[in-house]
Amino acid sequence: MEVLVCIKRVPLSGGRFVLTDDSTEIDTKRLGFTVSPHEETAVEVAVRLIEAHGGSSTVLTLGVPESEEQMREAMAIGIDRGILLETDGAEWDGQATAAAIADAVRADGTAFDLILFGNESADAAGSQVGVRVAHLLGRPVLTGLKGLSVADGRLRGERPIAGGREVFEVPLPAVASVKDGVAIPRYPSVPGRIRAKKKPIERSTPARPPSRLEKVSFTLPAETGKRATVLGNGPEAADAVVDVFRKIGAI
Amino acid sequence: MILVLADHDRGELSELSLQAVEQGRQLAQTSGVPLHALVVGTGGSAAAASLGAYGVATVHLAVHDGLTDYAPAASARAAAELVARLAPLAVVGVGDQRGNEVLAHLGAITELPVAADCTSVVLGDPTAVVRARWGGNLAEHALLHAPVALVSVVPHAVRAGVPGNGVAAVEEFTPELADADLLVHVVDRTAEVGGGISLTEAKVIVSGGRGVGSAEGFGMLEELAGLLGGAIGASRVVTSAGWRPQAEQVGQTGTKVSPDLYIACGISGASQHLAGMASSKTIIVINNDADAPIMSHADYAVIGDLHKILPAVIEATRAALA
Ligand SMILES: Cc1cc2nc3c(=O)[nH]c(=O)nc-3n(C[C@H](O)[C@H](O)[C@H](O)COP(=O)(O)OP(=O)(O)OC[C@H]3O[C@@H](n4cnc5c(N)ncnc54)[C@H](O)[C@@H]3O)c2cc1C
Repeated sequence: MEVLVCIKRVPLSGGRFVLTDDSTEIDTKRLGFTVSPHEETAVEVAVRLIEAHGGSSTVLTLGVPESEEQMREAMAIGIDRGILLETDGAEWDGQATAAAIADAVRADGTAFDLILFGNESADAAGSQVGVRVAHLLGRPVLTGLKGLSVADGRLRGERPIAGGREVFEVPLPAVASVKDGVAIPRYPSVPGRIRAKKKPIERSTPARPPSRLEKVSFTLPAETGKRATVLGNGPEAADAVVDVFRKIGAI
Repeated sequence: MILVLADHDRGELSELSLQAVEQGRQLAQTSGVPLHALVVGTGGSAAAASLGAYGVATVHLAVHDGLTDYAPAASARAAAELVARLAPLAVVGVGDQRGNEVLAHLGAITELPVAADCTSVVLGDPTAVVRARWGGNLAEHALLHAPVALVSVVPHAVRAGVPGNGVAAVEEFTPELADADLLVHVVDRTAEVGGGISLTEAKVIVSGGRGVGSAEGFGMLEELAGLLGGAIGASRVVTSAGWRPQAEQVGQTGTKVSPDLYIACGISGASQHLAGMASSKTIIVINNDADAPIMSHADYAVIGDLHKILPAVIEATRAALA
């Protein structure tokens, strides 16, 4: 089978974000970059499907030329080739992103059986792109999957709902968006990283239409101003912890 | 008018749906227009009738032989029909998996943009929204350029309204659906495996991070959780190492929780972890780093090696319970 997986390069910051002076961007001068855990999972799922069913896998991203770094990461665990839709770093809304991806899929010509996305990107989190690509290509789409399998030309997907899981099933070709947890992403091996460097990436530069969801600025949530009361150092503090349990009614 | 997409599961309206109705009611009031709602499927008729109490004037109940359970594309098709027929100022949905899914379908069908996970919506031309990014660690101020504003509201941005004695007119209609619209629907349901206390409902969560060190290390956390009647939570480092199942992951790409007590053991407090637990009522930290970022989100802390502290806490808790 042929699988396409779509990912997005985002800044990696465990702490509070720092904004540019005009508050329109995250200041990324001191930050590394990554993709969402949802997308890491999507890449792992793509690799496993090809291992199980044969065929080939492709990674696609719409982003700055440096997004090659995230594509090579995906290739290092087994994705075969890449499609990079280069931008100048300006933000594309979900509608524009989906249109560019659908155009790229048509232009590529590969008959992808499955197109995978993360459920929502780590940064913009619009929850739009997978569903819109599915409509543009006339395919069924399952979203938010926490479990996924392919058999006999059908895709089965599961997602949590209060008290259990709801199950969906659609024929291929299809589109699916997955969540962190469907499969634990493997770590790339050294030979995997070396092979990744030689895998082909096709580049093109789509034109960005005007944003219909137009980002104006960012603000950070207020500082908590909170500071934990230190109950003590080491095991001697155990009684003080139990006092807190009592105070809040936990015991 | 304002149209709210009121999601129900086999007839049961969710708390989040009622929050979306309340957001819709406020928007309708500000704009001086009536509030309508869409309920999909015959199974939703009781739910439809109950919406009057929350300020809905007219409920459109979509009935169709194919609409027996949740079907996102078909729901969106029904909503698109109402958008074309009634030209609402805005369509408001819940910012959860189903709500955002149906709105994305609706956006695709109507070729309109969608603003998901809004914390504030001011209708106009353009509509001004504030939406949550990075699990709420960053607020985006954006403009929605569209004749109809399609928005979802972030869970718990408002409380559900208090039911009054309003009565809604319920108007049934049969949306025109193609086979393709009905292709995606719930075909089966499976019950929760394992039982135990679910993470979202637990009053106490004992959560572990990289500092726990191993799968076995979680034995101590389980013991404490057992004494407190709580559930186990974990950071992503823990779930990607396979020490605990991903269902226990708390955070931006895990579960969002808000228990009475969250005990964070060996968790640094990355913003993506905080996104899932910062609203817990009381947070106790056990960490060997007195400057860990989680300290500025917690109420109490014990500084030191959790492998020495937890056994002592378990001991003392057991003594207190005896
Ligand atoms: C888009 C995105 C989404 C993400 N989503 C999530 C998510 O949903 N949930 C999540 O948790 N993470 C998520 N992450 C990952 C997140 O950024 C952090 O990497 C992760 O939360 C760190 O986990 P940790 O606190 O266990 O580990 P670390 O950051 O390594 O912290 C370990 C802590 O343990 C302490 N410690 C070590 N040994 C001991 C000891 N013996 N006794 C006491 N304390 C000790 C250390 O001082 C440190 O504070 C996401 C990342 C990205 C980019």
